[in-house]
Amino acid sequence: MPDLTYRDALKSTLVEEMDRDPRVLLMGEDIGVYGGTFLVTEGLLARYGPKRVIDTPISEAGFIGCGIGMAMLGLRPVIEVMTWNFSLIAADQIIQNAAKIRYFSGGQAGVPMVIRGPNGAGVQLSAQHSQALEALYGYFPGLYVAAPATPADARGLLRTAIRASDPVIFLENASLYGLRGEVPDGDYVVPFGRAAVARHGRDVTLVTHGRTLHMTLAAAAHLAADGVECDVIDLRTLRPLDMATVVESVRRTHRAVVIEDQGGLYGVAGEVMAGIYERAFDDLDAPVVRVSGEDVPMPYARTLELLAQPNEAKIVEAVRRTVA
Amino acid sequence: MPKMSDAMTEGKVLSWRKRVGDRVARGDVLAEIETDKVNVEIEAESAGTLSEIVVGEGTLAPVGAVIARINGGGGRPAESPSSPPRHEPAPGPSAGPGARASTAAAPAPRADQAAAAPERPAQPTAGAGVTERVKASPLARRLAAERGIDLSRVTGTGPGGRIVERDIEALAAGAPAAPARPAAAAPAGAEYEDVELSRMRQAIARSVAQSHQTIPHFYVTSEVEMRRALDLRTQLKEAYGDAAGALSINDLIVKAAALALRARPDLNATLVSPETVRRFRRVHLGIMVAVPDGLVVPVLRDADRLPLLTLATEARRLIDGARERRLRQDDFSGATFSISNLGMYDVTMFSAIINGPQAGILAVGRIQERPVVRDGAIVARPMMALTVSVDHRVTDGVGAAAFLAEVKRLLEHPVLLLGTSAANA
Repeated sequence: MPDLTYRDALKSTLVEEMDRDPRVLLMGEDIGVYGGTFLVTEGLLARYGPKRVIDTPISEAGFIGCGIGMAMLGLRPVIEVMTWNFSLIAADQIIQNAAKIRYFSGGQAGVPMVIRGPNGAGVQLSAQHSQALEALYGYFPGLYVAAPATPADARGLLRTAIRASDPVIFLENASLYGLRGEVPDGDYVVPFGRAAVARHGRDVTLVTHGRTLHMTLAAAAHLAADGVECDVIDLRTLRPLDMATVVESVRRTHRAVVIEDQGGLYGVAGEVMAGIYERAFDDLDAPVVRVSGEDVPMPYARTLELLAQPNEAKIVEAVRRTVA
Repeated sequence: MPKMSDAMTEGKVLSWRKRVGDRVARGDVLAEIETDKVNVEIEAESAGTLSEIVVGEGTLAPVGAVIARINGGGGRPAESPSSPPRHEPAPGPSAGPGARASTAAAPAPRADQAAAAPERPAQPTAGAGVTERVKASPLARRLAAERGIDLSRVTGTGPGGRIVERDIEALAAGAPAAPARPAAAAPAGAEYEDVELSRMRQAIARSVAQSHQTIPHFYVTSEVEMRRALDLRTQLKEAYGDAAGALSINDLIVKAAALALRARPDLNATLVSPETVRRFRRVHLGIMVAVPDGLVVPVLRDADRLPLLTLATEARRLIDGARERRLRQDDFSGATFSISNLGMYDVTMFSAIINGPQAGILAVGRIQERPVVRDGAIVARPMMALTVSVDHRVTDGVGAAAFLAEVKRLLEHPVLLLGTSAANA
């Protein structure tokens, strides 16, 4: 099993899928000549040529709408947004068209399209470029929402996304591109709707997804030194949401803390908490606690940006309250 | 769970007198219930078959909760007495097989339902207006219900005193609950013992705290010479023999207080709003009676109007009944003023906390031969100290003194106690 960065896991998976299936093509701003803002598509223009690696104008509504048409007619576009914040310009195409074509057409047409790019904060890109949009896109039926936190899941989930018959919101994170990890070879696939148990423990269930997995694991290691063993669940996909794994864990630990990058009001953590209360109420020995970002536009100043985000200490504190 | 007094928020099922499957006639005793004050038997309000016992023996249930179901033959299942519908338990295993049977031919119970149906204790927390709620995690509630543990008897060690899983486990294991896992081990050999208050004592604690914190008390003490009162009791016993057997000095004091209250109605009162005092036209005296785990206050109705020997008989019934816990709920309600007598415990004098919302309470000390000055000479006389505690919002020191002076006058001229007319007649 090779040791790859998250970035290389994505790139190698794109290459393998493009080699496997001639319908797969890439499209986005600066992905060809420049190699992608985060270099995920570096070298692919040379390898596949301008018909399969398409540099677009700065026009998200245009090229995402174009991707929808391509997908409806049989291609499998993988579209990069420079950050997920820019998808808001194309929100109408994604939400009103991509998510609803299958429904409106009575199943006659689908949109097998992946939109991928960095989501959320962590690299000092200020309020307009740091938003975490999983709760927004998780809201709409007709979309899949995946958020890999590790190089292995970046590969396995991207492969599932490219092979899916419906539009996939694929949420990467700028702070994860350099993360290294073992990535299974071959036709490695991670199915949607199946959370991963990233660490096993009996005392409290920690539920998270995306980049906050790593600070959650660090918190769990810290707590283990004090004798508190955490079950850490990485949701991996937010739509579908694997509540079964969460509930199974909570039934063992009787306590839960839910961690998300931003959110808070109307966030993913709130949804997970609701699911726990609905399905495991009688198993709870303490109120479920959430750790979310602060309820502010993301500050640019590094010190403030760090304060506005979850971190290991906040998670440790929340867990201690829960196991008190 | 029927509401047997205004203050009752929950009751405990002490024992079931019928079993599931028994035929029940209207008026049959179903169960014995313990409240803060009294044990009572509850009767079936309709006939049928006892199809389900929802609240097991030894378990608390809030007022209004369903504690059992009676399946009227072919009719609608009957609720337990006085059950308002709002405490319908959640659908699930607790709704036993007979509970929903609306026809005479009830389906055979499925094994899982039959196993789960009986003795699921209601959570002692649900009723509207309940002042204190047992804080327990859902898991702790479930475990307690499964094991028939009464949560009100569990001490919570979670945040804010919440009962959590470890408290139930500790109780089930017969050990005091351990603190949260990461905490340091406690030193061996505890320096104190935590003793849980009885339910009655908990109720007393709430009520005296409420009274003492909200009623501005003041206290007035006076000494009464009891020589003539003692003589009167001796004479009555001689004259009436066994018929006066129950007569005690306390009865004379009660009678004197009752007559004095009729003469001074400003103390036979309660403050109903910041602007209004309600003066009662009848005198119902609460008699403080010590019982093994606390204190109860049966009520002597129309104490001012009862002939002395009748009063003595009724007081004896109330006091003995209270000690044996066999009084009816009616015997505890409606007092307008109270008397507490610690004379038999060799107490010289004391002051009592008003039994709110009443406006006063008379504290009676022992009768003691003491040197007093009479006609310039020191003589020995049986003396007794009376202390009245008064709600200062209702009257002031002069009013309290006037009441005490009247009690004193009556006890020192006890012939006045033999009539039922107003003492100043």
